[in-house]
Amino acid sequence: MAKTVVIDPVTRIEGHAKISIFLNDAGDVDDARFHVVEFRGFEKFCEGRPMFEMAGITARICGICPVSHLLASAKTGDKILAVQVPPAGEKLRRLMNLAQITQSHALSFFHLSSPDFLLGWDSDPAKRNVFGLMAADPELARAGIRLRQFGQTIIELLGAKKIHAAWAVPGGVRSPLSEEGRQWIVDRLPESRQTIETALGLFKQLIDDTLKSEIDIFGKFDSLFMSLVAPDGTWEHYGGHIRFVDSQGNIVADGLREEDYQDFLGEAVERWSYLKFPYYKPMGYPDGMYRVGPLARLNVCDRMGTPDADRELQEFRDRAGGRCATSSFMYHYARLIEILAAIERIEQYMEDPDLLSPRCRSKADINALEGVGVSEAPRGTLFHHYNVDENGSIKKVNLIIATGQNNLAMNETVKQIAQHYIHTNEIPEGMLNRVEAGIRNFDPCLSCSTHAVGQMPLHVQLLSSDRQVLDEVYRE
Amino acid sequence: MSVVTLKINDIDVAVEAGTTLLDAAKEAGVRIPTLCHLDGVSDVGACRLCLVQIEGIPKLLPACVTEATEGMNVTTETPELQEYRRMVVEMLFAEGNHVCAVCVANEHCELQDVAIEVGMDHTRFTYRFPEREVDISHPQFGIDHNRCILCTRCVRVCDEIEGAHVWDVSGRGPAAKVITGLNQPWGDVDACTACGKCVDACPTGSIFRKGTTVAEIDRDRGKLDFLVTAREEKKWTR
Ligand code: SF4
Ligand code: FES
Repeated sequence: MAKTVVIDPVTRIEGHAKISIFLNDAGDVDDARFHVVEFRGFEKFCEGRPMFEMAGITARICGICPVSHLLASAKTGDKILAVQVPPAGEKLRRLMNLAQITQSHALSFFHLSSPDFLLGWDSDPAKRNVFGLMAADPELARAGIRLRQFGQTIIELLGAKKIHAAWAVPGGVRSPLSEEGRQWIVDRLPESRQTIETALGLFKQLIDDTLKSEIDIFGKFDSLFMSLVAPDGTWEHYGGHIRFVDSQGNIVADGLREEDYQDFLGEAVERWSYLKFPYYKPMGYPDGMYRVGPLARLNVCDRMGTPDADRELQEFRDRAGGRCATSSFMYHYARLIEILAAIERIEQYMEDPDLLSPRCRSKADINALEGVGVSEAPRGTLFHHYNVDENGSIKKVNLIIATGQNNLAMNETVKQIAQHYIHTNEIPEGMLNRVEAGIRNFDPCLSCSTHAVGQMPLHVQLLSSDRQVLDEVYRE
Repeated sequence: MSVVTLKINDIDVAVEAGTTLLDAAKEAGVRIPTLCHLDGVSDVGACRLCLVQIEGIPKLLPACVTEATEGMNVTTETPELQEYRRMVVEMLFAEGNHVCAVCVANEHCELQDVAIEVGMDHTRFTYRFPEREVDISHPQFGIDHNRCILCTRCVRVCDEIEGAHVWDVSGRGPAAKVITGLNQPWGDVDACTACGKCVDACPTGSIFRKGTTVAEIDRDRGKLDFLVTAREEKKWTR
């Protein structure tokens, strides 16, 4: 008798995630579906708004990564104004994105995931959080919190308190970095570097030892990887072009322009999900499954472009046993290397007088009626696409977000974990923690996954083919 | 010049005959919340925020259009007045589509300020979610009717200070709205001198300079004051 396991969120979470696991007659896992109930009305209510407001509006979609939407929106606006952003404007935007990557990855690693790694998947859930980590390893917890604060403070120094107020605007940014701001960053850099080096050392020990088995179970499969790369193939987070590689690291497509995204990205619709499933068009659906985000960026690029990060990339590839790491568990590792790369780049920027230059915004009228902007959000490639009328009033909006692009890979990961742990009619102990951790690989931007304190509230149902509940577990 | 004496919140004040209660209160150092009042242009008593209680008069009167008279005893803060003011602001929020978080005037908005002043934290009325337009046909400015509270400050500033009379009010009740020209797209109105005084006058983010992003509005209220004193007192320096 075929059975279905449904893992449902309880009502108090906002970013609804529901997981169904389908068993075949033999009681083995056949398929898994990670449903995301996304608010899709957003694109509709932008219609009729002045284009200049889009950065501010889209920054409000997501409280977790407003900076990424700001940047993608501002870049789309640049195209519509058809202006060149002054060099200072581009560098300042890049600085903000590096700070965003640092703070977001630090949150993912130190606050959300490291309690799992360091205290164990099955440790007391009441302690398996950043507070538990504080008790177990106060040094590390404190350093992690300060690293995140380092990134957040840079964002505040640039955008003032007004991060939602759209500091990055079509044509550039509103204001440069102040000298005091620069000095603050310079002073905090050594400590931040120290923290990331310690964390990297620790994590490498863990994956060589206690976490070794997770690499094979938590989402190891072949797929394409997509991200931006610089024209010379170096790691990118803001400019450059789009590249796809396969699991062996062979370049599948290169030099793709964001304007042409509709040519190479398809969006499949499944009856059971509100979220669309983007795939690489030339390979069809679902073979064109690709992953985005830290793991993809590391797999796609030829080099990181800064000395220490490059050394780490080499080690990362050695551990992966090839050009590409195919286990989704390696997202955590990739995140740490990206923080290091971001810090190295911030260090380099500190010498650059452009960051203090007031010539950071080009002003212009509406000069094009359509624009596509792209940037690398911490979670992956983010596209904004606007059509406007000659007054700059929005006619149409399309957004492609990172979590959506990783949707297929998240399903695959959940399926692999379920296959490993479910063999009977019952939901085994510890299964929920593993599924939760599998989703956390991707650091998806759902409020449930970012519950900093406590665990993801889940509801698991084991159903037979005639929809009878065989077993049920609630976890709040 | 005749002088009248009156009491506002038990403070004795002497003002020139013909002075409004709003100005008399200012004289006495008493603050009365306002929205439709704008220094330098005539008052119309549209918003009802400045309501005060006058001894011997059964109804509440708007201070901005009520003249001070001899022996008046005025109270500006009573629980009833506070409740009325709060209600007025709540109705303004429920009537339009005010989404502060993404508004160009966020943190630079008189409607927001007044909401804080009267202690409004939510509205008890049902939001009407009216369908209203945004007109950004003018090369420099835009108007978002969603944010308009029909104070008519734009109408008066354009008529009385700039002398262009681009703005007017059309329609009644829920259909009332400010219009440009003969209800044409703003960009088509030849009478508009693009002086920007309406941007400076608007209390909300309804009228803005194009290209302004969230919370970025920049008004020059001082310019309006300057023009008025320049004309009235022939003082041409700021
Ligand atoms: S547009 Fe502004 S100034 Fe004019 S009536 Fe509306 S709120 Fe008042
Ligand atoms: S200020 Fe007096 S009624 Fe508006």
